Amino acid sequence: MTVYAQPDATGHFGRFGGRFMPEALVAPLDELAEAWADAQADPSFLGELDRMFREYANVPSPLYDATRFSEAVGARVLLKREDLNHTGAHKIRNVLGQALLAKRIGKPRAIAETGAGQHGVASATACAYLDLDCTVYMGEVDTERQALNVARMKMLGAEVVPVTTGSRTLKDAINEALRDWVASVDHTSYLFGTAAGPHPFPTMVRDLTRGIGDEARRQVLELTGSLPDAAVACVGGGSNAIGLFTAFIDDADVQLLGVEAGGDGYETGRHASPITAGEVGVLHGARSYLLQDEDGQTMESHSISAGLDYPGVGPEHSYLASIGRARYVPATDAQAMSAFDLLCKTEGIIPAIESAHALAGAVELAKELGPDATILVNLSGRGDKDVHTAAEYFGLIDGPVVLEEGVEE
Amino acid sequence: MSSSIDALFERTRAEGRAALVGYLPAGFPDVETSVAALTAMIEGGCDLVEIGLPYSDPVMDGPTIQEAAETALANGFRTSHTFDVVRRVADAGAPVVVMTYWNPVERYGVDRFAADLAAAGGAGLITPDLIPDEAQEWEEASRAHGLDRTYLVAPSSTDRRLSMTADAASGFIYATAVMGVTGARQETSSLAPELVARLREVTDKPVGVGLGVSNGAQAHEIAQYADAVIVGSAFVRRLLDAPDTAGGVESVRELARELREGVVR
Repeated sequence: MTVYAQPDATGHFGRFGGRFMPEALVAPLDELAEAWADAQADPSFLGELDRMFREYANVPSPLYDATRFSEAVGARVLLKREDLNHTGAHKIRNVLGQALLAKRIGKPRAIAETGAGQHGVASATACAYLDLDCTVYMGEVDTERQALNVARMKMLGAEVVPVTTGSRTLKDAINEALRDWVASVDHTSYLFGTAAGPHPFPTMVRDLTRGIGDEARRQVLELTGSLPDAAVACVGGGSNAIGLFTAFIDDADVQLLGVEAGGDGYETGRHASPITAGEVGVLHGARSYLLQDEDGQTMESHSISAGLDYPGVGPEHSYLASIGRARYVPATDAQAMSAFDLLCKTEGIIPAIESAHALAGAVELAKELGPDATILVNLSGRGDKDVHTAAEYFGLIDGPVVLEEGVEE
Repeated sequence: MSSSIDALFERTRAEGRAALVGYLPAGFPDVETSVAALTAMIEGGCDLVEIGLPYSDPVMDGPTIQEAAETALANGFRTSHTFDVVRRVADAGAPVVVMTYWNPVERYGVDRFAADLAAAGGAGLITPDLIPDEAQEWEEASRAHGLDRTYLVAPSSTDRRLSMTADAASGFIYATAVMGVTGARQETSSLAPELVARLREVTDKPVGVGLGVSNGAQAHEIAQYADAVIVGSAFVRRLLDAPDTAGGVESVRELARELREGVVR
């Protein structure tokens, strides 16, 4: 058996990943990679991070045997309850680690990008906890549709900067954060929100989220006496999915399924499924699959889930797809919302719409694998932030809803 | 083999002055105007021009060049237009290079891009987000088609990286004067002289200094220690602020004259 060992020393996962960045950031990225390697070899750093996870973030998260949902879909579904973490998603693992590293290397200011606002809220939280100045870049379109998360970040003491360039969404927020960073890197850490970007971010974020899979692997073995037949996660940038998959990569009998946002259906062109329907290119510092036009200009993605609404994907997922170790399929908005509804009604759990894509993947997989199968699903986040979107989708709101003064929809 | 850029720097060194390098994006605000403005830039005194390839996600650029790129793309700019612009500017009396983020090149095909750029009369490529560490394919393609490779260095570059990047570069090396994105700045950089001095320790290749240079006085100051003074956003600003395209082109010409006087004085 060959043991999986990626990336190489310069951050390449096969032909994916690497570092396509302005030279000004290369030495700082080298320093970051070195600092991360040092921190991981330091028991006091790891001990402190572990303490923060346990006492502050409610990690390890429990594994939950979703019996009524299982009955409905026709296979045993086990949920890794990342929705129960502090701030309501797996993101807190990544952010606490990066923020603690920022403290360690003595940079008093942190920046972050956010789409729906979840990573922004997690970053603002970690910065409040660890006493760092925090600036969050957020596309202007997203600040409007996620006004509540903007308020949460401000409550936590972060400055939120609306980004008005390009498509005014997540990719442009990343661009603006990078522009800030190139001018501020001597005193500022970039808390990158997903397992994408230039080396060492994909690896560092994986290292910080891999607890999801490491814990779940033990928990499933304890509960069932054997490994699951499949591990399923949604994939936007891919941080929760790589966090789940990593523990199982060398378990050849465990199928790995990443579920991309299919939007209106990938054949319509309105989707966020770069592995399914994109092509290889370079965006935000790494080579990976991405949505681009004939000239290599980035195309806008579409998904009901703001957290999956990104035209790129982390390089390790592109690699796992290319070697066939993981399979990536799209789930449409409609499939995701149907699975969302099913989990609400059978288990009394309102999932994040992102995580509902993973549930939709499990619904389809259950049909393939049959009733004897055990499917581990990462329930990466809770759905409180999505109540408005879901209520609108299901027509549960009668009459106009006043979102903010003067705005009705 | 000596390139047109090598010949340019031999000449300016012989004349005891720095070269003036100007940047404008292709297709901004449209292909015709960009050709006229680049030509005016050369007529006004630029020794070398950089033609930018508008890209959807320009992380190294400040608001001015971002706005120009967005306008060009909104007006239908395509990668193939770059070669038309290069071809039409190549005879105006100065070497022409293309400055581009990497993905459009990779998408077009690295060797095909190099072949078409060389065929259009282009002298080389400046790659703000391609470092030599990732540039094997470009290295081969540029050698095969006789193009120069200009890489960026920054105040944050380590000595080891300065040396490695200088070795990999040809034509000239682009020293970014500040830690930051493109855009005019009031003050000249205090970091640039030291960065150039550190480069001189490891290479004889010509060094251009850019980022934040917008007027003749700043150009004059940089010309004292660099082989080339690079100006971008200030030219773009002239086109953005002009009441009409003809006025914009004339304004570009005037700025080139002012900068040239600063460089030679």
